[in-house]
Amino acid sequence: MLVPILKQGDYLIASIQSSLADADLIRLRDQLVEQVGRYRSRGVIVDVTVLDVMDSFAVRTLSTLAQMIMLRGAETVIVGVQPDVAFAMVQLGLTLDNVKTALDLEEGLLYLNSRAKRGRSGAG
Amino acid sequence: MPAERRIKIASDVDIVAARQSGREVAAILSFSSSDLTVIAAAISELARNIYAYAGTGEIVVSLEERNGRRGVRVVARDDGPGVADIALALEDGYSTSGSLGLGLPGVRRLMDEFEIQSEPGKGTVVTLWKWAR
Repeated sequence: MLVPILKQGDYLIASIQSSLADADLIRLRDQLVEQVGRYRSRGVIVDVTVLDVMDSFAVRTLSTLAQMIMLRGAETVIVGVQPDVAFAMVQLGLTLDNVKTALDLEEGLLYLNSRAKRGRSGAG
Repeated sequence: MPAERRIKIASDVDIVAARQSGREVAAILSFSSSDLTVIAAAISELARNIYAYAGTGEIVVSLEERNGRRGVRVVARDDGPGVADIALALEDGYSTSGSLGLGLPGVRRLMDEFEIQSEPGKGTVVTLWKWAR
C-alpha cells in the first residue's frame, strides 16, 4: 500500500490511508528521508489517524524515521494517534521518545510554523 | 459459538491479516472499541514474534464461553526455537534480540488471561483471553 506524500511549501505531509505492512512502513521511511533532501524540506508530518493499531514495529519504525529526518536537518511530527491506539501503546510499554507528536494535521502544521518563525527570528 | 479464524503467519503481510481477523471475530461480541484495539495490538505482537523468531506459525482466534462469560481466545502457535526461560521472558525490559524483546509482559497486560507453553527446540504456544464486559 503506497502512502501519498504531499509537498506543501517547506513541509512534506505523508497521510497514511490504510493499514500498512512492515515493508510499506519501511518504504515510507526511506522515501521521506530521501525527499527531505530532494525538496530541501524543513519539516515532515506523518498522519497516522487511520491506523487502528500501532505495534512495536510501527513505533520503532516511526521513531527511526524521526531520528533519520533529524539527522537530515528537518523535524518530524507524528499526528493523529487515536485514543484507543494510545491506550494500547501505553499498555504495551511502547513510547515515541524524542519524537514530536501533535493532535492532528492542523496542530502539526502550527507547531512546524512556530518553529520556523522562531528559527528565523533567532537567526536575524 | 462457531466463529473461528485461522491465519497462517509466514510474512509481514500476514501480521496485518491476523490482527484484522482478530478484530472481526471479537467484534461479534460487545467489546468496546478500546478493547478491540487492545486485542488487535496483542495479536499483532504475537504474530510478530512468530514471524521474527520462528519464521512461520499460525494464529487462531475464536469465541469462547466460560462461567457465563463470553470472550475471545487467541492462540499463537509455532515450531520455532522456543523460549528457554519463560519467567525471564515475562520480565519487563527483557530482550534476546537487542530490540524490544518478545513484548510478552505488554501483551499480558493488555489481556485478561495469559498462558505460555514453550520448550527449547519444541516451539511455543501462547494463549490469550479477553472477556467481554
